[in-house]
Amino acid sequence: MINVRDLDVVFTSGKSSNHVVRGISFQVGQGETLGIVGESGCGKSTVLRCLAGMESGWTGHIELGGKPIGRKRSREELKFAQMVFQDPYGSLHPRHRIGTALAEPLRAMGHSDIWSKVEKALVQVGLPASFANRFPHELSGGQRQRVAIARALILSPPILLLDEPTSALDVSIQAEILNLLADQREEKELTYLLVSHDLAVIAHMCDRVLIMKNGCFVDELTKADLQAGVTHDAYARELFEASFIEA
Amino acid sequence: MSDVIRSEIQIRPPSVSSRMAASLARAGRKLAHEPLGLAGFVILGLLCFIAIFAPLLAPYDPAIQALGDALQPPSLAHLAGTDEFGRDILSRLIFGTRITIQTVLSISLIVGPIGLLIGVVAGFFGGRVDALLMRATDIVLSFPSLILALAFAAALGAGLTTAIIAISLTAWPPIARLARAEALVVRNADYVVAARLYGASPIRILFLYIAPMCVPSVIVRLTLNMAGIILTAASLGFLGLGAQPPAPEWGAMISSGRKFMLDYWWVAVMPGIAILLTSLAFNIAGDALRDILDPRHARS
Amino acid sequence: MQDRDQKPVLSVKGLNVRFGRGAVPAVSNVSFDVGRERVGIVGESGSGKSTTGRAIMRLLPPAAVVSAERLDLAGSPLLSKTERQMGALRGKDIALIMQDPRYSLNPVLSIGKQIAEAARLHLGLHKKQAFEAARAMLERVRISDPDRVMALYPHQISGGMGQRVMIAMMLLARPKLVIADEPTSALDVSVRKDVLLLLDELVRENNSGLLLISHDIRMVAAFCERIIVMYAGRIVETLTSLEDARHPYTRGLIAALPDPKNPVRRLAVLDRAKLDLETAQ
Repeated sequence: MINVRDLDVVFTSGKSSNHVVRGISFQVGQGETLGIVGESGCGKSTVLRCLAGMESGWTGHIELGGKPIGRKRSREELKFAQMVFQDPYGSLHPRHRIGTALAEPLRAMGHSDIWSKVEKALVQVGLPASFANRFPHELSGGQRQRVAIARALILSPPILLLDEPTSALDVSIQAEILNLLADQREEKELTYLLVSHDLAVIAHMCDRVLIMKNGCFVDELTKADLQAGVTHDAYARELFEASFIEA
Repeated sequence: MSDVIRSEIQIRPPSVSSRMAASLARAGRKLAHEPLGLAGFVILGLLCFIAIFAPLLAPYDPAIQALGDALQPPSLAHLAGTDEFGRDILSRLIFGTRITIQTVLSISLIVGPIGLLIGVVAGFFGGRVDALLMRATDIVLSFPSLILALAFAAALGAGLTTAIIAISLTAWPPIARLARAEALVVRNADYVVAARLYGASPIRILFLYIAPMCVPSVIVRLTLNMAGIILTAASLGFLGLGAQPPAPEWGAMISSGRKFMLDYWWVAVMPGIAILLTSLAFNIAGDALRDILDPRHARS
Repeated sequence: MQDRDQKPVLSVKGLNVRFGRGAVPAVSNVSFDVGRERVGIVGESGSGKSTTGRAIMRLLPPAAVVSAERLDLAGSPLLSKTERQMGALRGKDIALIMQDPRYSLNPVLSIGKQIAEAARLHLGLHKKQAFEAARAMLERVRISDPDRVMALYPHQISGGMGQRVMIAMMLLARPKLVIADEPTSALDVSVRKDVLLLLDELVRENNSGLLLISHDIRMVAAFCERIIVMYAGRIVETLTSLEDARHPYTRGLIAALPDPKNPVRRLAVLDRAKLDLETAQ
C-alpha cells in the first residue's frame, strides 16, 4: 500500500542545513500497521509529513496504493491518505462547530448529502450526533481526538497517518482511543502508519516497528520480537529499557 | 466518555440569528464583571441613542440664530451656554453627535475590511505577495493623515465626505499589520494544515479559517483607534476641512470658540468635553472588548 | 531509605483546595506524610495532584481557597506563614522542580547567573563564591564542561540539560523536601531515566524527602517507595508496588496501559460512572 524508497529530506535555514531524513526505505502492506518509534528530532514526523504531502523539500520515491506520488498533490491523491494530529487542542478550528469541522472535508471534495455523513461519522467514533452543534472548547481532549479521527475517516481513505495520536491524552483515555483505532482498522481494513515516541503504544498497535535515530532506521522489530523483548541494536535496547517495561 | 447514543436530533447548525444571540449573551455575561468596561459601552450606547433621537432630545434648533442671546454662560435655559450667534451649544453638541457617529462608523466600515483583507492575504501567502503588500503598507503609513487631508480638500473641496476618505486612506495600515501578524501565527496551526490535507482551496482557507481568527484583534484595534480618529476628524474640522458650517461638528465648534476662550470659555470647552468623553468611552470599551474577545490578553 | 528522624519532613492532613465558587473541590481531604523517602503521587489530568504540590508550596493563585487540618514542614506549620516567610522557605527548605525547563528557567539570564542567584539568595554567598558554588553544582549534576554551560542561555541547551540545571538550582541549598511536578514529561525517553537517577542520588545524599508527581504510574512505581493514587481530588489508594493495587481505579489504570509483554486485542477501559459513584462515597 505504501512504498517508500530513498526518502531524503534536508532542511536548510540560511547557512546551516539539517539532514533530517537520510535516504530511508520501507514498505507497508495493505491492512498492515507499521510503527515508527524514535525520540524528538529523529525525523519520524518528517517522514509522515512527506507522505501526507505537507513537506515539499523531499527527494526520493513515494508510492501510495501502487501509484507514484509527487510533491504537489491533486485532489484525488489527497483522498488516499489522511492524518490524525498529535494535539487534540490544535487540530480543530476553535471557531467552527464540530459539525462544520466534519463537513468541511466533504465540502472541499465536493460531496453531497453532507449532514447524514457527518452524523454517521460522529456515531462511528462513539460520540452522540448532538455534539455536532458544540464547539471544540466544550469537548474534552479525548472527545476532540475522536472528532479528529472521525474527520480523518470521513473521506474514507485507505491509509491513515497517525502522528502521536495519544501522546497528549491521559492513560485511560488513551486506551479508549487506541481501541477505537483498532476497531476502525478492523472494520474498514485500513492501513496505518503510526509514529510515536511511546514504545508501549507502538507495540500494542503495530505489526511491525521501525526504530529511527538521526534520520535512519537502526532496527526493525516484529510483534513477536517485542513480546519476547528481543532487540538487534543497542539503541533499540536503550529505548526499551527507558520505557520502564520490565525486560 | 464513550457513550454511543443514537439520537434523532437534527444536527444542522442553528440559524445565524440564534448564534449571534448566544454570542451576545456570552459577551454580556463577561461584561457584567467589568464595571468600567460596561460604563464605556453604556456611554457609547447613549451616544448612539442621542444621535438617533437628536431632534427629539435637543431643546433648541441648532441652526437658529438669536443674536440677542449670544455668548450666554451655562444656565438653566441653556445648559451649555450659547455661542457667538446665540445658538444653543447643547443642541449643537447633540446634533454634532450624528456627525461624530457617522464619521466613526464610515471609517470603521472602510478601514476594517480593507486592512483585514490586505493583512490576511499578506500573512497567508507570504513570499512576494507579502513583501509587496507590506511595502505598500509602509508607504501609506508614512503619509501624515492631516497633510493628505489638506491635499484632498484642495483637490475635492472641503466637506465631511472628503474628510472621511482622507482619514480612511491613512488609517488602514495598522489594521493590516495586525491582521498579518495574526495570520502568520494561524497559518501554521494544525487545523489549517488539516484543511490543506483534505483539499480545501487557498481561498476557502483564507476566508473560512484564517480571517475569522484575525477578526477579534481587528475589532479591538479599530475600537481603540477610534479615539485617535475622532481627534483627527476634530482636527480637520478645526482646520475647516471637515463638515462645513453651519454643521455642528465638534472640532469646528472648538475652532470658532477659540476667539472667545478667555472671556467666554464654554464655547470652546463644551465641545472639547464632548470629544474627551467620547474618546475615553471608546478606549474603555475597547479594553473591555479585548478582554471579552481575546482571552490571552484578559486580566485574570 | 533509613529514617534517621522520626518526624516526617512533610505532614499533610485533611488538605482541601477550592477554586472560587466551583462546585467540585480540586483537592478533597488529602492526607499523607513524607519522611526521608521517595513518595510518588500518581493521577490523570484533573486528579488534583499538581494542585496538591502547589498548595504545599503555597503557590496557588489568590482565588484558590486552601485549608487543612495540618500542613507541616518538619513540624513547622505552613498555612499560617506570611508570603514573606514562605518566600524565605522556597528554594531553601522546599524546592519545586517543574515540567519544562524552557518555561521554568529565566530566558534572559545565563545559566551561571541564575544558579549563582540562587546561591546568593539562599546561602548568602558573595558573587565570586556564588559562581564557584554554581560551577560545583553543575559538576555535581554531571554536566561535563560546566564553564561553557554557565555562559549559555536556556534556549541554547537541550531539555535534559535544562532539567539538570533546574535540579542544580533547586538542590543547591539542600532543601528538606523536593517536590518534582512531572520532571521528565517534557524530556526524551532516553534521557528520563538519567534525570530521575540524578534526582534520586541528590535527594538521598541530602537526606531529603522527595514528592514525585506524575501521570506515569510505571515510572513512579519504579522509583518511589510509596505510591499515592489520586482521582477526582481524592486519594483512592496508597501502594508500595503495582501488584498490591486493589482499588478499581488503580487496577483499571494499570490494566489500561499497553504492555508489549502481554499483548491484548483491546485495552481495558475505565468504567467512569461506577468509579465516580464509588469515590464519592
